[in-house]
Parts: sequence; structure tokens; C-alpha cells
Amino acid sequence: MELDFSRQLHYFWALMPEMILCVWGMVVLLAGVSGKHKDPETASSGDPSFGGGADLGWLALVGVLLAGMANGWLYGVEEVGRSSMIALDGFRLFANWVFLLAAALAIMISFAYVYRQRLQAGEFYGLILLSTAGMMFMAGARDLIVIFLGLEVMSIAVYALTAFNRRDRKSAEAGLKYFLLGAFATGFFLYGIALVYGATGSTNIFEIGQTVSSGGASSTLLTIGIAFLTIGFGFKVSAVPFHMWTPDVYEGAPAPVTAFMSAAVKAAAFVAFLRVFMVGFDGAYDTWYPIMWWLAALTMVAANLMALVQSNVKRMLAYSSVAHAGYLLVAITASNEAGAAGLLFYLLIYTVMNMGAFAIVIGVAHQAEERLQVEDYAGFGWAQPMMGVLLTVFLLSLAGFPGTGGFMGKIYLLQAAADAQLWYLMVVLVLSTIASYWYYLRVAWFMWMKRQLADDQHDMVIIPVPMRIALIASVAIVIYMGFFPGAALDFARESVEGLASLGGAMPGLGE
Amino acid sequence: MTSLLDSIGYAGWALHALIWLPVLGIGLVLWAEEERAKNLAFWWSIGVFVLSLGLWWAFDPTSGAMQMETTAPWIPAWGVNYSLGIDGISLFMVLLTTFSTSIAILGSFNYIQTKQRAFYALMLLLEAAVVGVFVATDVFLFYVFFELTLVPMYFIVGIWGGERRIYAAIKFFLYTAFGSLLMLVGILFLFWKAKTLMGMPTFAYEDFLLVPLTGTEQLWLFGAFALAFSVKVPVFPFHTWLPDAHVEAPTPGSVILAAVLLKMGTYGFLRFLLPFFPLASQHPTVVTTMLVLAVIGILYTAWVAAVQPDAKKLVAYTSVAHMGFVVLGIFALNVNGLQGGLVVMISHGISTGALFLLLGMLYERRHTRTIAEFGGIARVAPWFATAFLITALASIGLPGTSGFVGEFLALMGAFESHPTLAFLATLGVIFAAYYMLPMVQTVFFNKLETDENRAIEDLNTREMVILAPLCALMIIIGWNPTPVLDRMEPSVRVVIERVEEAGARAAASDVLEAIPPVEVTQTLDPEDMNDGSAPAMTDGDE
Repeated sequence: MELDFSRQLHYFWALMPEMILCVWGMVVLLAGVSGKHKDPETASSGDPSFGGGADLGWLALVGVLLAGMANGWLYGVEEVGRSSMIALDGFRLFANWVFLLAAALAIMISFAYVYRQRLQAGEFYGLILLSTAGMMFMAGARDLIVIFLGLEVMSIAVYALTAFNRRDRKSAEAGLKYFLLGAFATGFFLYGIALVYGATGSTNIFEIGQTVSSGGASSTLLTIGIAFLTIGFGFKVSAVPFHMWTPDVYEGAPAPVTAFMSAAVKAAAFVAFLRVFMVGFDGAYDTWYPIMWWLAALTMVAANLMALVQSNVKRMLAYSSVAHAGYLLVAITASNEAGAAGLLFYLLIYTVMNMGAFAIVIGVAHQAEERLQVEDYAGFGWAQPMMGVLLTVFLLSLAGFPGTGGFMGKIYLLQAAADAQLWYLMVVLVLSTIASYWYYLRVAWFMWMKRQLADDQHDMVIIPVPMRIALIASVAIVIYMGFFPGAALDFARESVEGLASLGGAMPGLGE
Repeated sequence: MTSLLDSIGYAGWALHALIWLPVLGIGLVLWAEEERAKNLAFWWSIGVFVLSLGLWWAFDPTSGAMQMETTAPWIPAWGVNYSLGIDGISLFMVLLTTFSTSIAILGSFNYIQTKQRAFYALMLLLEAAVVGVFVATDVFLFYVFFELTLVPMYFIVGIWGGERRIYAAIKFFLYTAFGSLLMLVGILFLFWKAKTLMGMPTFAYEDFLLVPLTGTEQLWLFGAFALAFSVKVPVFPFHTWLPDAHVEAPTPGSVILAAVLLKMGTYGFLRFLLPFFPLASQHPTVVTTMLVLAVIGILYTAWVAAVQPDAKKLVAYTSVAHMGFVVLGIFALNVNGLQGGLVVMISHGISTGALFLLLGMLYERRHTRTIAEFGGIARVAPWFATAFLITALASIGLPGTSGFVGEFLALMGAFESHPTLAFLATLGVIFAAYYMLPMVQTVFFNKLETDENRAIEDLNTREMVILAPLCALMIIIGWNPTPVLDRMEPSVRVVIERVEEAGARAAASDVLEAIPPVEVTQTLDPEDMNDGSAPAMTDGDE
């Protein structure tokens, strides 16, 4: 099918996955309101996989599946005529796969949690779908205004999700904190857009890129605009020093939401970040390259050092997620083809390994917010060998160990840095990785090398069916990518080629 | 024998099988019943060992090139291949690995009483990874295996180890990871250079050899690679993780650690460091530094070993001293030195492995390793004492044992190039007797006083089976090292020739200008230099 953006209707086709998710999100919402799920306590079945609000969860999964089908269908369409505010390239579609995967995994690991915590299932799953739609807008945007719209759709849904556990004070606190700081950062972001518009006369990323490259932009305005956009994006990807909110929010939010946020929200922000800076501000690379270099180095070092002293596993994973943002910032600093492809590949791997680790944390915490200390994992591996092995694999992958996808992802990022000749940044990356070994392995040694505190300590750890599916899928992807990443690497590289052709020549720094 | 091997196409699949059979064994061991796991693992590892023995005949001793090479694309996008091969250097390392794994598994039958399936699965995983390290001819593949060895060892030390096992395990892990991650940056630098040079991504060993590097680049990369391997060896002052890991590890863990894991470091020197960075490796400052560190390692750890009250810690320190001889031999940069280093690697693997096994057996009987607690055991356990004495003598390098051959050649190589340092290192041989023999004396020949010591039983059949081949090898290699040396020599020559050729070529052109002049050169006696290579350096300076 050919899409011609001079016709309004064709926007509808180009935004098919987003549309489906929006509509489906509202369907789930309405089903939750109208149905019999008002008080999960009276649910007849005790099995969280099927009773309680589980039917709404399965319904939401159907929505994700439909959106996935639409996303696959978009590979067959062609763009004719002038380019529009919406990108139709591999970059966007690959990113969409990451978001949909994250949403599906998040829904699957939420079933028992929602049931146990008596959350409003309809709203919960509906908001996940809506925020996913927002992420897709960000990935598909070829215009700063659309990015902003996507950012808001995503963020507001996630603010609500963060504060979702009404019976938990920490959740409310986290929601408020996230909302206030997020609003502040959004202000910076919007102001940045305005300044860039002032400097270049356009909000279209492609046109901005042309103006900047030809030197037609007012340099002071542009520099300040770039700085403000960096702050806005830096907040969303939780780069140091804009990460202050991350540990508190990630610790306070309901655990499945934390998993979703740390993978998907970050992925969306990174995808938009890369597109804006690589396509839009390529001509000003020399201006923002040092800022990005320091942002990446600072994020990697500070986050890994702070994670060293965490004894709460959820908080440790929060800092780990900040550290991974640092690794991804290396790709943006490199700003070349390998960087873009490496970013996509790493986001895919990061999503599954992080979600997998969180799924087991949720299981150990009894689908609640208890038992999150590292001591609670003492002897866990021997009591529950399968789950112990899975968590070990996820942790090794997060640490970037050979045999897992995390290793291949890290190698790709390092290759991108090598292409851009960022040798010192590579050294910073590997040195901070060594620090990360300590805190990931600490969980492993509690699991395998310490005795249980009580004999029945881990008997209560129950993993319901949907979470099992999520875990098996995650570990399969992590290990498969660790041994046979070839196809996915090629796919990521081909996806990025679309970005290059639309943004003109790729930034040729390393080439 | 050769025709039999040919008829089954041995050369085509042997190397793959040596990696993947242990992996298959992991599944079987995990699937088996708890009490049968050890037998299954033992016979499985014996099978792998018997299979690896074929390499001895299938290997062509006249050629120094890579043999039995097989290659298949693994990650085409990055030019990574799954390619394997062996030469005269890796042949012995592979045999040592399969042999020590079987021995270590048999030696853990009594020691490992809990979680046996997991233990034997990890041992087999370790075997697969270590064999992979020694046969990989793709640098990416090598790195994957090199890192992969850390995980099973971490769990073996951390789960089945002694009291401070977690501390020892994490220290081992972080130390070695620190080095190898910096090496990864070096590898990616070479990769980037090779990609720019050839126009396509490649991690192949042969391609990396072709990458032209300036002197400064070589020095930096040499630093990154040398750090990774030096931590592994371990070269003084990076050795502090080793005594902890050895003392806390369960007996089989110590055996594998001493017998093969340390060898990965010196193997890395021979396989990557010298051939990739021939100019940096013969830079006088670099050579002097490495040799001085080796000599410090030999002398200092001998002194430290002499005052250890714990027998296992004593043996752990002797490991550092022995590996010092290996480094000394390698950086003598001549055929004798390299061959000597290789023989010390083999001999140390056998004798130190045997010492750890013997101490483990002693510990199982007496539940202590404090030397002062023992005395006069030779009277109640004569076979035990005999085996221990043979092993201890091989360890200190008595003529007629494998230890002597290696240390003699290494020292001879070092005398050719650096007489002063070689003389100092020779003192280490004397010190070795000084720390080892009093220990043997106290434990086995003093008065038999306590009842616990009287109750010590002699070796049982299983223990005899473990120790007999080890003692036999020490003596066989000691009396007739020729078959071993013959197989090494061509490959060692390839390394040396590459180093010398690069030196000569650099002398002809002005590449060496890129290496900054260093003051140390002046303080060195010109006679200390290895002729053919080092003068090129001094010419550049003068």
C-alpha cells in the first residue's frame, strides 16, 4: 500500500498501531468500569492467572497483539510524496517492537500483583496501553511537536501508574515526586523546542537538520535550545545529574510499573533523543558532543558507584537502570550508524533482561512491596532452583557477561564508540562495568552461597502462569541473543538504514 | 594409530567434540540422580580425556602452524567466526585440561558432599570453557571463553569453599574481570584497525596479525593485554587474589585453578601478546619490567611461602613462584626460554595439582591444614608419604623430575639474554627447597606424637588411582622430555621468528622512532640485550 501524506486519511493508516492501542486502551478502561471487577476481593476464583481482573489483562494482551500485527503490516507500506510529521522507517518500527514487547511483558507480570494488591485492573491495563501509544508517537515523530505530544501522553499515563497503589504511601509519594519533577523537565523540553524553532524556523527534525548543517541557524539560540532539549531528554532517560527522581520513584512505584518504566519509558525517550540529535542536530555535533560525552561518563560512573551500596534489590535495579542509561548515552555520543543500531539492539535486550529480573523480584516479594532486601534472597537459589538460575542469567546479562544478550549489546555499543574513536569513553564504560559486577553478583552470592534464614523462607514464592510465560520468553531471548545474535543484529542495522536515508547522509564521524 | 584416527576423520571433529561433549555432559549430570552424578561426571570426563589423547597422534609435530583448523561463520555482521585450531603451544594445554579435569573430578568424590549435581555440572562447564580458550583462533571467540571461565569458578569457590569463600570468590572474579575488560577495549581497537584496513569486519587471529601498529599503539595495547593476562597468571603485584582463592576453594577447585586456569594467562602471553605486539614485547623497558616482576615474584613469594603455617597457603604461594619462572622464560624471548616456560606450565599443572589433591586428602583425614599439627605421618601412611615426597621434589625442580626440565630451560633462556636477573631467579630454586622441604619434614618425618596423627589411614585405591598417573608423568617428563619438546618447538619458533622479524623490519625502517626513548635503556648493560632484536631498539635511541 502507498501512503500519500497530502491526504489526511493516510495519517490514519500510518498511525495504525498507535490508533489500535488508544482505542483498545479505552475499551479495557470501559470494560473495567462496566464489569464485575469493582471489588476484586469478592472474586470467586483464587487463581490470579484467571480470576480477579485477569480477564482484563488478557484483553489488554490482545490489544498489544493487534497493535503488533498493525506494526508488522506497516513494513509493507510505502511513502510517496513529501515527507510528513510521521516517520515510516525501520527505526520507528523496530522501536515499536521494543515497546510492544515491554508492554506485553509488563502486563503478564502484573496479573498476580494487581490481584493481590486489589488494584483497579481496567484502569491499570488501560493506562499501560495508553502510555505505550505515547511511546510509539515519540518513536515515530519527525517533528518536535509530535515528540512533545507523545511524551505527554506517555508521561501522564505513567505518572498515574506510579501513584496507582492507593494503599501504599510510598507509591503516592513517588507519583507526586515524578509528576512535579517531570512537569519541570517538560517545561525545559518545551522551551527547548521553542528556542530551536526560533533558531531554525522549523519544528520538523529533517528541516532543522538541513538548516543546522548549512549553517543557517542562529548559533546562540540553537546552543541554548540544544542544552534545554538535552535537559528534557536527560530527565526522561534519567542521566546523571538529572536522575535524582529515579531511585525514589522506581522504589515507590508498584513493582510491575517500575519494570515497565525502567525499560519502555526509557526506550522511548532514547529513541526520540537519538533521532533528534542525530538527524536534527548533526550539523552541530561539535557543540553537543562534549556535553554528551560528560553526561555519558558521569552517568555510568555515578550510577554504578551508587548502586554498589544499595541493599534493597528494587532500588539497586533502579540505579542499575540509570547505569544502563549511561551505556546507551555512549551510543548517542558516538552518533553513527553502529550507534543507532546498537541503541535499538541494546534496548531490545535490556527490555527483556530487566523485565525478567523484575518478574522474579516481584515473585520473591510475594506480589507485594515486601521482602525486597538482598538478605531476603539468602538461599533462594537452592530452594527454587529454576527461578534461581533464571535470575542468575538475567543478572549476568545485565552485567554484560558472555553467553547472554547483554554481552552482545554491550559489544555493539563499544563498537559504535570505537567507530567514533571514543577510546576514553570506552575505558570509562568497561571500568564502570566492573563496579556493576559487584552489585549484580552480590544478589547471586546471596542466592547461592548463603543459607536460608528459615527453612520455609522461600515456600511462599509463587509464580503464576502468565508470569511464567513472560519469564520463559525473556530468558529464551536473552540466551538466544547471547549465542545467535546475527539475525537481530542485521535487522537492527537494516532498520537504521531507513533513518540514514531520510536524515540525509549519516553523520560520518567514525567512517 | 594415525591411520585409525584418519579413518574416523578425527581431525575434522575432535576440537568441536572437546568443547561440546562436556556441555552435553552438563545436561546429563543435571538430569541424573544425585548420588550417581559423580560417577557419571567422572566417566564422562574420562571419555573426553581419552578422546583428547588422539590429538597427540593426529598432531603433526613438524609444523608450527595452526592445525586441524575448522571455521564457520558465527556473527557475520561483525565478522566473528567460530574457528578452532591447535598448534604446539595449545596442544599441551588442551591435554592438561582434559587430564586435570578428570583427576579433579575423581579427587572430589569425598570432598564434595552437598549439591553434587550442580558441582559436577559446573566442573564440566569449566572444562568446556577452558578447552575453548586454548583452541579458539578467533579473538572474539577467545574472549567469550576467557570470560566464561570466571562464572563456574566463581560458583565453585563461592558455594563449596571454606569459611571466607565469598570474599575469595568475589575477589577472584573482580580482579580477573578488571584485566580482561581493559583487554576488550584493546581487542576492539584492533578490530577497528583491521576493519579500516581490510574494508570488512573481522576478528580472525591471522587478520589481527596483519594489522600494522605504530610503536606507541603497541605499547598501549601491550599494556591492556598484559594486564589481563598478568592478573590471570598472576604476575607480582597482581597475585593477591590467588592465595585467597586457593585456600578457600574446595580441593578440586584448587586443582583446576592451579593446573589450567593460571595457564590461560601465560598462554595469552605466547598466543597474543608476543605475536600481536612484537615491537612492544622486545622494547627494553617492557622486557626489563616483566623480567623484574617475574624475579620479584619468584623470590618474594618464596619468602612468604616459607613462613606460612597453613600448608595449602604455602602451596598457593609456590604457584606464584612457579608462574614467575614461566614469565621469566617467555620474556627471555628465545626458543629455550619459551620452551622452558611451556614445560614449567605443564609441570606446575601436574605437580601443584597433585599437591593440592594430597593436601585435600590430608584435610579429609585430619580436618586441619596447619603444618605444626602434623608429624611422623610417614610411619602410618607410607604410600601417602611417598607420593607426597615425589610431588614435592618435582615441585622444587629436582633433576629427574618434570620441574627440573622446565626451570632449567627457562633459566638457560634467561641467561642468554639477561644473566643478572637469571642469576637472581636461580636463587628461587634454592628457596623452593627451603620452603618445601621443612614442610615435608614436619608433616611426614618428625615424631609421631598425637593420637589423631596415629589414626591417619594410608591411601585407598581411589586415591592411588588419582596419584599414580600424576607421579608417573612427573618422572616420565623428567627423564624423557624430548617428545614434549619436539612438538612444541616449531610453534615456539614461529612466535620467536615473528618477534625477531618485526624487530629487524623496524630497524630497517624508522618505525621505532614512534617508540619514545626511555631512560632505562641507558642503565642496561648492552650485553643484557637479546641479539637480533634489542639492538634495534638501542640503535634508535643512540
